[in-house]
Amino acid sequence: MSAFIIRRLLQSVAVLFVMSLLVFFGVHVVGDPVYMLIAPDADQEDIQAAIAALGLDRPIYEQYWYFLVNALQGDLGNSFIFSEPALKLILQRMPATLELAFSAMFIAVVLGIPLGVYAGLKPESIPAQAIMAGSILGFSLPTFWVGLMLIMVFAVMLGWLPSTGRGDTVEVLGIPVSFLTLDGLSHLFLPALNLALFKLSLVIRLARAGTREVVHQDYIKFAHAKGLSSRRVILVHLMKNIMIPVVTVLGLELGGVIAFAVVTETVFAWPGMGKLLIEAIQQLDRPVVVAYLMITVLMFIVINLVVDLLYSVLDPRVRLKEAGQ
Amino acid sequence: MSAVVHDKPNARPLVGDTTESPVGPTPLRRFLRDFFASPVATGALLMLATIILIAVFAPVLSPQDPYDLGQVDIMDSRLPPGEQSMTGMTFWLGTDGAGRDMLSAILYGLRTSLGVGVMSGLIALVIGMSVGLTAAYFGGRVDNLIMRVVDVQLSFPAILVALILLAILGKGVDKIIVALVVVQWAYYARTVRGSALVERRREYMEAAICLALSHRRIVFRHLLPNCLPPLIVVGTLQTAHAIALEATLSFLGIGLPITEPSLGLLISNGFEYMLSGSYWISFFPGIALLVTIVSINLVGDQLRDVLNPRLER
Repeated sequence: MSAFIIRRLLQSVAVLFVMSLLVFFGVHVVGDPVYMLIAPDADQEDIQAAIAALGLDRPIYEQYWYFLVNALQGDLGNSFIFSEPALKLILQRMPATLELAFSAMFIAVVLGIPLGVYAGLKPESIPAQAIMAGSILGFSLPTFWVGLMLIMVFAVMLGWLPSTGRGDTVEVLGIPVSFLTLDGLSHLFLPALNLALFKLSLVIRLARAGTREVVHQDYIKFAHAKGLSSRRVILVHLMKNIMIPVVTVLGLELGGVIAFAVVTETVFAWPGMGKLLIEAIQQLDRPVVVAYLMITVLMFIVINLVVDLLYSVLDPRVRLKEAGQ
Repeated sequence: MSAVVHDKPNARPLVGDTTESPVGPTPLRRFLRDFFASPVATGALLMLATIILIAVFAPVLSPQDPYDLGQVDIMDSRLPPGEQSMTGMTFWLGTDGAGRDMLSAILYGLRTSLGVGVMSGLIALVIGMSVGLTAAYFGGRVDNLIMRVVDVQLSFPAILVALILLAILGKGVDKIIVALVVVQWAYYARTVRGSALVERRREYMEAAICLALSHRRIVFRHLLPNCLPPLIVVGTLQTAHAIALEATLSFLGIGLPITEPSLGLLISNGFEYMLSGSYWISFFPGIALLVTIVSINLVGDQLRDVLNPRLER
């Protein structure tokens, strides 16, 4: 078991190292940020001074070496635009993104499981077919366009909900959150729904497939035969068994939701780290781009590692197969 | 395809096992019959054919050239659908902020979107197919290495990979095609490897190896034709993904440049006018995008049902 953990950890570190190389050297190929930052009438001396101040005159491998050494100490460089540590900027925006991502997951589960179970129990009924048609649309509709349409209907035409920003926030353990104030909740609802739609379709499909499989099993028939109410059979016996694939897939999809938040944050001007990334790409703010990518990649590697390790604990075949290779 | 079938009696045709009944319909006929059995899929295919024709003949069909400044009048800007211009031309889908006819802009945008999607899909297919076949045919270390790379890449969501690449490469048609190819090749490689591993154990492959045919001939004339059906299905669905992803990236302002407006960029341009009520600038390009993606997905789903011999028909 410990050999398995060590091997997986080493693999993760290797992936992280390769990604840091790719991202750092890649980002250095893009245009020169110096010209974005100094006044257009600056002379050669000012330009040289700016280059020296930013450390851009060193050889690239030296820049990478400093980047790596500093990164291991939690320093990913200062933003060219904000003159603040890039890591701090990203971490400041992270709670907003995580709040959005978890709210979206919550909507996907709370709406998706009942709808999916219903569609699985009565697959021929008209509501069930409508639910499935809806889930096909959910897979096909581009997220950003749905976001625009939500703004158009609920913010512009009906005027019910605000379309931009986070609204009032309250601090919980020093972290600002929106979902505890009424105003914040009204700001959160549309972006969270928008981000949830794709996962909602996925949960509906998983829950429906699970239900259709489980409903014919002997223990469900037995539960009915014991005289339990349908309600209890569905809520206890059936639910428990369809939750396993749903939870597994959702755990793996969490990273995807955080990455996709970039789109929703841009549409709804939600002040998260995805919006920061898009702005940084457009302004050639290299340290922020590199910091975002490194943080997200790290997050992914950790999520994948945790899922892998959990699997090997739950299912010994996984680590036996690994050891056998 | 037919040449391959005649050349080698063991090479199986595209659709499953049809050798039992000597008088049965030909594989192609059977494929067509099964495909058109679903009215939804037939409709989707017709729609898709129409969309492709529209995209190809956009310059002929569209009422104005939206990027010829001589034909666009700023006085016509933000007219709602159905309004007429000063010169009596009707804008059926309204005009955008610069006075362009939205219908024409959408036809041109469709051309760019489809072009980028199909082009990146084809390149990714060729690369992924070669890599996947190599992995499956040679096995061992080569296979391990290739599949490790594929696994690592697929553990990151497509949009993140595309964001990393575009942050590095910058804007441009060639750059977004590169990004979309990198995003997609791994899916093709995995699909081809999966089916090639199954096919490799069949008798016709043993026969070909016993005949001491060259690696190239075995891979391209024997193995590849039998791995095509799942590849066609993945290719169709991936093209829809590529079109949606390109639209998303262009909307974020990191995809195509303004000189090559795809549907995503048109939607993005309409965003700023939406809050003041000019919904049509974003709405209609979105509908065009939606119809395209849904038609491709429906055709792809039906292809999967028809081409998969494991599903009972």
